Amino acid sequence: MGKTIAEKIFDAHRVDEPFPDTHVLKLDRVFCHEITTPIAITDLMARGMDRVFDPTKIKAVIDHVTPAKDSKTAAQGKILRDWARRHDIKDFFDIGKNGVCHAIFPEKGFVRPGYTIIMGDSHTCTHGAFGAFAAGIGTTDLEVGILKGVCAFHFPKTIKIVLTGALKPGVYAKDLILFIIKELTVNGATNMVIEFTGPVVDTMSMESRMTLCNMAIEAGGTCGICYPDMTTVDYLWDFIQDEFATKADALADYSKWVSDADAEYERVLEYNVSELQPMLTVGYKPDQVRTVAEMTGTKVDQIYIGSCTNGRIEDLRIAAEVLKGKKISDKVRAIVSPATPAIYSMALKEGIIEIFQDAGFCVTNPTCGACLGMSNGVLAEGEVCAATTNRNFNGRMGKGGMVHLMSPATAAATAISGTIVNADLFKA
Amino acid sequence: MKTFKGNVLFLDRSDINTDEIIPAKYLTEITKEALKPNLLEDLVLPGFSREDIQDKAVIVTRENFGCGSSREHAPWALEVNGINVVIAESFARIFRQNMYNCGMFAIELPKETIDGLFANYAGKAVIMAVDVDGNQISIEADGKSETIDFKVGEFDKTLVKEGGWVGYADKNY
Repeated sequence: MGKTIAEKIFDAHRVDEPFPDTHVLKLDRVFCHEITTPIAITDLMARGMDRVFDPTKIKAVIDHVTPAKDSKTAAQGKILRDWARRHDIKDFFDIGKNGVCHAIFPEKGFVRPGYTIIMGDSHTCTHGAFGAFAAGIGTTDLEVGILKGVCAFHFPKTIKIVLTGALKPGVYAKDLILFIIKELTVNGATNMVIEFTGPVVDTMSMESRMTLCNMAIEAGGTCGICYPDMTTVDYLWDFIQDEFATKADALADYSKWVSDADAEYERVLEYNVSELQPMLTVGYKPDQVRTVAEMTGTKVDQIYIGSCTNGRIEDLRIAAEVLKGKKISDKVRAIVSPATPAIYSMALKEGIIEIFQDAGFCVTNPTCGACLGMSNGVLAEGEVCAATTNRNFNGRMGKGGMVHLMSPATAAATAISGTIVNADLFKA
Repeated sequence: MKTFKGNVLFLDRSDINTDEIIPAKYLTEITKEALKPNLLEDLVLPGFSREDIQDKAVIVTRENFGCGSSREHAPWALEVNGINVVIAESFARIFRQNMYNCGMFAIELPKETIDGLFANYAGKAVIMAVDVDGNQISIEADGKSETIDFKVGEFDKTLVKEGGWVGYADKNY
């Protein structure tokens, strides 16, 4: 019997199996941000265990509330900053150099096929787009990861999703993952890895694959995974060209991180997505999904484009294509947060920032921002936001507020119209 | 080891998420105690009032409890309110592991058993206690008592007995 990619990664990283179905894995990366890490740090200090297993494998960023909004968030940033300095963690991205963790860490080349990665953030599953096993964990697991470089997991049962056909113009990875979550339901992949495969994924950019994997957790999944291919190699080439003579050599090496044809799966689901339409969520669970067409005309108060799901350059380009030469409705306000400084610079050079500003968007610095209602862009009671983010829980963007999750194209079109509508880019 | 006995709070809904258990705006706190007044603040459940949390030590609920964020603030908010046991049909992975990593119990029981608990005990004065070595939950209500067996993995039970994952990992890795 063959093995899935997740099983192969487990086999290559297992250091102990102390109990049945308890796999203690060696970690290649421990990612940290200022919300879940400070308590791990202060707890390690209180235990007299303020050590790190390997400062070169730990990467840290301030992204959730940045620049600090008050004394408490300033203290969180300070704890992380002081700790990074104290332990010589060179890859610490402070204010001015910082961006959304799941955008900036891949952009810096920190994620490679076959890696094991943890972070105290549920959307860590994003990094599976590179053929890595990347899982969100809590502060205690993070603490042990920082201290010992290990984390315990159950066997990675896997759901394989085969995506065939071709997405229509104006239909994107976000629409696809919302459709998949609807199919799986919010706990359909609990304790499982979701493999995204098939011709639709093969032709996707790394950005789109990250969007796909990012929301695996919304179906309960431990990690979303795409097989590494030449698209992966191209994305990483600047960081790996000293390791491999040619891109073909890199691809040959990374090809060990692909599931065997006779691997055993919990479920295999195949969808032809050629007729898929732009999708969005309704209600307070991410599996409550409908077509945008069904919800056309729904009034919104705010539009938010950004987050670890859809704040990358590809997303901003798509939104700008819709917005170019147009103004947002005077019945709404709109905010865009480029996910990293590099994305911001690219958007500036390409004239995208100007398009957003001319349309009437507020352009913020790179941050998680409005997505989780912790810093800017918070909704008032009873308000509705059209957002490219990942979670529509009750109160997520502010107490009493409601969020419709959608693609950047739909969000941009909705900003212009003031009510939910399909983008002109969509050819039904 | 923590204590696993006391009054029961019944939450009759599936998919109660981490943002309902403790909203993100409180994640700026850097002590667990600071989370105490805000447990279940955004819970959407008709008839529920935050006063219901008073003097409770156990939660009984439905499917997929703790879905969403990785925030360990969710188990901490329970812990500082004296709740060290959640009994449900199922849990989200990260929340479940966070509970055991903190030396707390996230016990899964079959749907029929959970249905029975709601039918027989919801709305009554009931005390539940977890017998860690015996893998049993004992229930006392109306002067009567019963026990229910549950399954827990060896790793999870070890974490409960050792008071969490940090101590265990430090000793072993």
